[in-house]
Amino acid sequence: MAEAQSTLVDARRAAEVRERRARWLLLAPALLTIGIFGLFPLTITLIYSFLSPGTYGGVTWEFSTDAYVQFLFERDIFDGTLEFSSTYLQIYGRSIGLAFVATVGALIIGFPTAYFIASKPPEQRNVWLFLITLPFWTNLLIRTYAVLLIIRDEGIINLGLINAGLIDRPISILYTDTAVFIGLIYSYLPFMVLPLYASLEKLDFRLVEAAYDLYATRFQVLRRIIVPAAKPGIVAGSILVFIPGLGAYITPTLLGGGKELMIGNLIALQFGSSRNWPFGSAAALILMAVVMVALLIYVRNASREGGNHG
Amino acid sequence: MQQRTDTPGADRAMVQAERVTKTFGRGADGVTALDDVSVTIRENEFFTLLGPSGCGKTTLLRLIAGFELPSAGRILLDGAEIGHLPPYRRPVNTVFQNYALFPHMTVAQNIAFGLEMQGKPTAEIGGTVARMLDLVKMERLADRRTDQLSGGQQQRVALARALAPHPKVLLLDEPLSALDLKLRKEMQIELKRLQNETGITFVFVTHDQEEALTMSDRIAVMATGEILQVGTPKDIYNHPARRFVADFIGDINILDVDLDKIDEGRGVVRLPGGATASAALPEAEMRPGAVSVAIRPENVLLTGPEDGARTATGEIERVVYFGSAHNVHIRLDDGPPIVARAPHAPGGAGDRAGVILPDEHLQVLVD
Repeated sequence: MAEAQSTLVDARRAAEVRERRARWLLLAPALLTIGIFGLFPLTITLIYSFLSPGTYGGVTWEFSTDAYVQFLFERDIFDGTLEFSSTYLQIYGRSIGLAFVATVGALIIGFPTAYFIASKPPEQRNVWLFLITLPFWTNLLIRTYAVLLIIRDEGIINLGLINAGLIDRPISILYTDTAVFIGLIYSYLPFMVLPLYASLEKLDFRLVEAAYDLYATRFQVLRRIIVPAAKPGIVAGSILVFIPGLGAYITPTLLGGGKELMIGNLIALQFGSSRNWPFGSAAALILMAVVMVALLIYVRNASREGGNHG
Repeated sequence: MQQRTDTPGADRAMVQAERVTKTFGRGADGVTALDDVSVTIRENEFFTLLGPSGCGKTTLLRLIAGFELPSAGRILLDGAEIGHLPPYRRPVNTVFQNYALFPHMTVAQNIAFGLEMQGKPTAEIGGTVARMLDLVKMERLADRRTDQLSGGQQQRVALARALAPHPKVLLLDEPLSALDLKLRKEMQIELKRLQNETGITFVFVTHDQEEALTMSDRIAVMATGEILQVGTPKDIYNHPARRFVADFIGDINILDVDLDKIDEGRGVVRLPGGATASAALPEAEMRPGAVSVAIRPENVLLTGPEDGARTATGEIERVVYFGSAHNVHIRLDDGPPIVARAPHAPGGAGDRAGVILPDEHLQVLVD
């Protein structure tokens, strides 16, 4: 009896060990990928940000916090004293502002789009979703050039408006913040539409009917029923647009003309002509910290609001 | 809540459908869900739309609620035409089949929703919500989320939410179909009580004939987009006018007979066994010829095999016992089978028996 029981316990223990081993084995590819392509480069970036810049790029192995100091202070060339400088803060501020506005813009355009697709019969939805993802089939650089051709002074928008007699001179859009804004929305709109669609598609349209029945007007139904139901999609879509928008490089370079630096350009510059790898690393890490803090605040607020609503 | 009063004015029309047609889709693919339907639902009435799925009962309900607009015809509420108003402009509320409670709100928030949308002052909303919670006995669960409730509790919340704005008409779309039998029986009584206490006109959609008979003041039996018969449960049960109605509600024997003539408003028919009988006629115009007559099993009298001129004789095929009585299946000598319900079986399979079909229970049907 006791013997049988102990065999049973052994068998169970062996099964547990097997199961644990299988679990790690299944996890291994993911862990390896994250380790090699995520943590390892991040560690390098972190280490480089605390080293000194090499003369022709790269780093020299000398500990220094200059990269971080440089972010907020300017060193006087003559006496070497530190003076507060907001140059880089301004770049971050403008980038955050532009990414934020682009996110809101993508939300305003993406929400009706996602709702439209979700309200189609199921067999038609895939066609619409395919059309949404169609731009991804072309390289971002090419698409950005296409936008450039459309919005430049001799582009079809301006030529069309002039030919229609609506304006005398071309409206300059290219190489302005508006151009960057248009480019960002265009590039990242699918990232907004897809998660929004995913949550709107799950919306029970009988709830909409129930709200109509209970005297809610169209706008009230949207505000009280549809938006709360789409909240997970709004959160996910906003994150997916805001983060790449914040670090965008191609769009501000081509459409903004690189006149006013965005974070992406700033970082690229440090690894390029400025030959200040530690500062580039520090700028990238600061960006990451900003994004993480912003995300934490956003997600916490969003979930608390959702909890209050119901 | 005022007590329901049976004043003479209680016969006032609350909902009127006048020659309403509803077609979905266009052209050859179009499906006619309702075909030229007219019906009047009275104030304070518990009115049931009864029929199999696809008969148009839910479409009629959705037309009254405003989720669909009629293709033709008028819908009047309390004398005013509402056929083309959006749902939020109609003083009518709905209890949905799957309740459609708002998942991101608590029980109390769900109940308050309609009142908030009407722009009622906060203090009044609080009072009404408390009264509604009390009415459906859900006071203790006011702050629960609706996904933490059982089916029966969700049902009560859905009722309270729809009753809170005190609509002129409450529409109920098969609200009990998701509940198990015991709970369904309880809710039937509960619904009847709520209707009495609130004095609101209830329009109830169901495919369950027993539910309809138990709860309704009047029933409209529907099939293939038409209303076949409107009447009290007793009318419908005892005097079905159409073959479909007779067949759909309860057990019934339908016999093919000859209508000899019409005499003083009753039809003289020749029954199996050769006897003539006088059967009630439906409202429609009838001509002599082949017709169907219906009689309920419990109204068929069992006698001995040779028992006089009114008796039709036959052989017992089988006897089915179901607790309170027996169903005796008899094949008459002239051919047709008939079922008689009796407390005691007169014999077993193979025995001879006779049946008498009393005049007062015979009903001529329109096909």
